[in-house]
Amino acid sequence: MSEAMNVHSGVDAAHAVHHDDHGHGHHEQSFISKYIFSMDHKTIGKQFLITGMVWAIIGGLFSVLFRLQLGYPDQSFPILETFFGNWAKGGQIQPEFYYGLVTMHGTVLVFFVLTAGLSGTFANLLIPLQIGARDMASPFLNMLSYWFFFIAGIVMLASIFVHTGPASGGWTMYPPLSALRQAGDGQKIGTDLWLISMALFIVSSLLGGLNYISTILNMRTKGMSMTRLPLPIWAMFFTAVLGVLSFPVLLSGAILLLFDRNLGTSFYLSDIVINGEILPNEGGSAILYQHLFWFLGHPEVYIILLPAMGMVSEILSVNARKPIFGYMAMLGSLFAIAILAFLVWAHHMFVTGLNPFLGSVFVLLTLLIAVPSAIKVFNWLTTLWRGNIRFTPATLFAIGFVSLFISGGLTGIFLGNSTIDIHLHDTMFVVAHFHIVMGVASFFGMFAGVYHWFPKMFGRYLNNTLGYMHFWVTMIGAYLIFWPMHYQGLAGIPRRYLDKSGWVSFNQFGELDKMITIVSIIVFAVQLMFVFNFFYSIFKGRKVTTPNPWGANTLEWTTKINPGHGNWEGEIPEVHRWPYDYSKDGRDFIPQTEPIGANESKH
Amino acid sequence: MDIVSNQQKQKMHPHKFTLWVAIGSLVMMFAGLTSAFIVKSNQVNWKPVTLPKVFWISTIVILLSSLAVQLALRSFKNREMNKYRMLIGATVLLGSVFIVFQWMGFQNLWAQQVTFRGAGAGQFLYVIFSLHALHVIGGIVALMVMLIKAFFGKIKLYSSVPVEVAATYWHFVDFLWIYLLVFFLVIGGN
Repeated sequence: MSEAMNVHSGVDAAHAVHHDDHGHGHHEQSFISKYIFSMDHKTIGKQFLITGMVWAIIGGLFSVLFRLQLGYPDQSFPILETFFGNWAKGGQIQPEFYYGLVTMHGTVLVFFVLTAGLSGTFANLLIPLQIGARDMASPFLNMLSYWFFFIAGIVMLASIFVHTGPASGGWTMYPPLSALRQAGDGQKIGTDLWLISMALFIVSSLLGGLNYISTILNMRTKGMSMTRLPLPIWAMFFTAVLGVLSFPVLLSGAILLLFDRNLGTSFYLSDIVINGEILPNEGGSAILYQHLFWFLGHPEVYIILLPAMGMVSEILSVNARKPIFGYMAMLGSLFAIAILAFLVWAHHMFVTGLNPFLGSVFVLLTLLIAVPSAIKVFNWLTTLWRGNIRFTPATLFAIGFVSLFISGGLTGIFLGNSTIDIHLHDTMFVVAHFHIVMGVASFFGMFAGVYHWFPKMFGRYLNNTLGYMHFWVTMIGAYLIFWPMHYQGLAGIPRRYLDKSGWVSFNQFGELDKMITIVSIIVFAVQLMFVFNFFYSIFKGRKVTTPNPWGANTLEWTTKINPGHGNWEGEIPEVHRWPYDYSKDGRDFIPQTEPIGANESKH
Repeated sequence: MDIVSNQQKQKMHPHKFTLWVAIGSLVMMFAGLTSAFIVKSNQVNWKPVTLPKVFWISTIVILLSSLAVQLALRSFKNREMNKYRMLIGATVLLGSVFIVFQWMGFQNLWAQQVTFRGAGAGQFLYVIFSLHALHVIGGIVALMVMLIKAFFGKIKLYSSVPVEVAATYWHFVDFLWIYLLVFFLVIGGN
């Protein structure tokens, strides 16, 4: 029906005529055009996911390595010297290596895994499938988006292998440290490669984001009004808007930094004496970089978190067999978070000498985020309340997300206060806060998404037993790792420090650090088990036998079990209702494609 | 395999819409740079910059190129293909001339000791104008592809969407240049 409408309503008939033969997938594709330079949004989503997983293993391994140093500062691990040579002389991680590890862990996890790997995967997979489109607005730009990401990854990977090592100025890459080659080995070619890689990554995110926005706004199927969109789509929409508006500003900051590093300009540099040498730079401002960085950096937090929130909303509703509680409130709170995301960046800069009055404005705006966040939390809890919950691994991870979001969010209220921040800034408390609320929570949203949509991606299920083990070990492990860090931070232990044995007052935490390190290794091992489960199940998992295994309402389950390029054979289904009619009028679920019945009650 | 379609009545073509979002994104980049300029102009040792006259010539050139691309779009819609090819060619030429004049402007400034040393508006000028020039060059490349297609293309295209997208982008880089020029005249001179 909607296809027939197209022929009449399209702007130019010549353009629209050849639509009827799409979706049948008749023409044979070569291996390269099907799996490598694919323009099918589903394949591109899988490419983002698998690349993201490779990066997650690399970034996770880095954290295990520096946790070894933090847990056992005096211990020698000869095997490290075998693998890393001079970086771990005598089996001990060298300072330059440690800073490189910390920097790369942050960069890789924030950008490559939780931005590209998370929203790249699920925006690509879910947007066309859930709104009822054959593909993205521009499949070609979409393919470019992946390949820019891939090249960015190659450049970043190369920077790990250069002689002087990777960038080591912290993932925020603050000047003047990051702007001066003389400041250390990591500030040499490694930092240039880092900046180039990030520029490529920004291009990738922008190409992706443009596509997501115009696809959602322009290519919905007949009847799919904006308020009938499933919540993951709304979340991906706001994510893309945030990315499109904030990443270019980071690019500006990075370009100016490249000029300072290579051409002798003074955007960020002023009055510097290094190794006894007086530098000619004057009039620059290092704080300027922080403004440009955090204008992206804070929205980036929500770029990471919003897709997880959207997917969790969907998965909780499907598996509680209940409509999502407060659909419009969910939209409103996503919108509020997206707006506030741009108005709070200076809360990362309370201790830079920021005007205290300005600081108090940012405190107020920051604490305001608690309102939409709380709305979302209560809506998730009330969705679960008295539901017939099916505890699939996806459901467990979604519930785990809510738990982590609450406990990590509460510590955000501490840090959002400029006065308490004076004590807590740059301590382990901050590390604990953002790892729980943004890192692990988003990972849980991602895992929930992978377990839930794996049947759609590969036509098979992930192994459930391994899934339950994965959930419980990760859940308990995440709290064991990050909860104690709050105490360390309150006691004043700074983050990023290689060795704190010089402070007598911190010695009491020695055993705690050992415990954290051991748990990190266990949790990392369990993630490898998940990766095994993932690849094993692609080929050997239990086969999906019904097109709609979860009894869900959304459009992606109206396609074939293994849909081809174009998603639907024949016409794209028309939508008649919102996606959350579960347990309604005595029926378990009513798909979006079913017309409203004569005597149907309102939702 | 063209999968793009208009799923709904009376909507903007998705490619045009994508372009407008991209323009929003570019606006943010230049807003970031010019606001960095404003923040930094309050620091010590700030040196203002006076724009060389040659930038006025490049302004006239890019305005003419905008006119050319608009006429090209009109002739495409009227199916006057020869005129269309000529006007796209003229746009490419004027765009390239613009780049040359920008380069001359840089040389002129550099000769006046506005270099990367010290601090001041000059450094921002080089960065911001170069980034703008890069976007103009991107537009020239896109227009050249369209020109080659118009001469040698085997498939007759009747959809004006690609031309409209290119023209809109071209007007945007023109408008962006006017903004940057006014910005440097008003704020950069102090």
